[in-house]
Amino acid sequence: MEAINYQNFRIDAENICVDYNGKVALYDANLRLKPGQICGLVGMNGAGKTTFFNALTGFVNISKGKIRINGESVRSAQKDQTIAYVPQSDGIDSQFPINVWDVVMMGRYGSMNIFRCPRESDVQAVKDAIERVDLTDHLSTPIGNLSGGQRKRTFLARAIAQRASILLLDEPFSGVDIRTEKLISELFIQFKNEGKTILLSTHDMIHVREFCDLVLLINKTVVAYGETSEVFTPENITTTFGGISPDFLFGPES
Amino acid sequence: MELCSFLTLDSFITDPLTHDFMRKALLMSSLVAAVCGFLSSYLTLKGWALMGDAVSHSVMPGVVVAYALGLPFSLGAFIFGVGSVALIGFIKQKSRVKEDTVIGLVFTGFFALGIVLVSKIKSNIDLHSILFGSPLGISLSDVKQTIFISLLVVILLSIFRKDLMLYCFDPRHAKTVGINVLFLHYLLLTCLSLAAVVGLQSVGIILVVAMLITPGATAYLLTDKFDNMTIISVLSAIISSLIGIYISFWFDLETGGSIVLAQTFIFLFSFLFAPRYGIFKLKKFFAGYK
Repeated sequence: MEAINYQNFRIDAENICVDYNGKVALYDANLRLKPGQICGLVGMNGAGKTTFFNALTGFVNISKGKIRINGESVRSAQKDQTIAYVPQSDGIDSQFPINVWDVVMMGRYGSMNIFRCPRESDVQAVKDAIERVDLTDHLSTPIGNLSGGQRKRTFLARAIAQRASILLLDEPFSGVDIRTEKLISELFIQFKNEGKTILLSTHDMIHVREFCDLVLLINKTVVAYGETSEVFTPENITTTFGGISPDFLFGPES
Repeated sequence: MELCSFLTLDSFITDPLTHDFMRKALLMSSLVAAVCGFLSSYLTLKGWALMGDAVSHSVMPGVVVAYALGLPFSLGAFIFGVGSVALIGFIKQKSRVKEDTVIGLVFTGFFALGIVLVSKIKSNIDLHSILFGSPLGISLSDVKQTIFISLLVVILLSIFRKDLMLYCFDPRHAKTVGINVLFLHYLLLTCLSLAAVVGLQSVGIILVVAMLITPGATAYLLTDKFDNMTIISVLSAIISSLIGIYISFWFDLETGGSIVLAQTFIFLFSFLFAPRYGIFKLKKFFAGYK
């Protein structure tokens, strides 16, 4: 066994706690992910999935514990554009007057000057990203006119344009069409081969089995964490969902 | 007599311009409208209409105190504007009362304090001009203040135009890529306070919130591009100001109210006839508009 070297971990969250005005949302949560790993984050609504994401991006402060991103602080991960967050469909205002190109360009803001003037390299990065999610025909389409799947792909393109090494995806498969689902799963394989680390929350058991090397089951704290084949058992799932059987939650597996 | 001059559009427009106070009022109100219109895009997209209402009412005691102490009234207004927001944030965090309730009780409290102060401090404060604006009686020192503040707000908004758009659209992403979200939050609040301060000269404290939300709402119905939204918002604000002042001149109406009514009518027009989002979707009518 090699010695623990924190540089080896893309994400290293140790005993983290988050509370909002005294109300505990997450406690004693641990997570370690290496490059090229895909981890599923599974839990009920209100179990702390979004809070976990917020802690990793620095959107909320942790009250206890430690987070290292590539061995460094969350603050320097923000500065280095290390983490990209792909929001849930209802997490953004789809009526905002902005088109696909401008949303994807926002992925480059962090590395631009204060006026956010795109350089040639930024334009190229945005073009490439949009091409990878197959939205080249919709460059100037307002996001309000896109389908749910196309909108999801727009935000994925933003994460690609950001050139982040860690991707956090909040319910990437909810409300998307078959074509988008296929495209996202192809992209996951490419990301994995590029050595990116992916943490995704999902309600769908089948997606966990299909994509995730690792799974993190949470209910305010970690219920179980490990290789999907070992940890993603009916017993653990039942515990995570407060005693309700997975068949009832997801329908019987075929 | 006066009706005769209505016969030509030319004299309808040029006659008022022979008066010095009218030229000044038209210029100043256009400037103020442009500033408020610019900010309006952000406020409507951020959903800060109520916040705009709160800040604009809360500046009242600041204006009164500043007048009493002989300070620039914009300074007093700014302090109380920002103070109200800080107080709203504090009460919201420390109590279980919901945010809109907190906003409502804080700004009415500030406003009431202002009214009580006016009645107590016997001075030459003209309550009417504070409440309803007096663009026709604007003094030279007010002109200087207005120009200075307006330029300041326009410069700040121009520099942080894209960051503020991102902040309104997706603050979580902004934070993730290392953009200082807290700074942007207070920048927008500062601009809001400053815009309320200059806006109240045109239309008064009670109606200044209209200057801060109506142009943005109008523009939001007319375009799907943020930059266009800002331009339309500014233009509709300026046009409303000009229309309002002319109407008030010819028909002897309250100027602030006329300006806001003009804005409201422009909003109603786009609500009914906006090519894409209007009730009647007059696409053909605006075939050339993109």
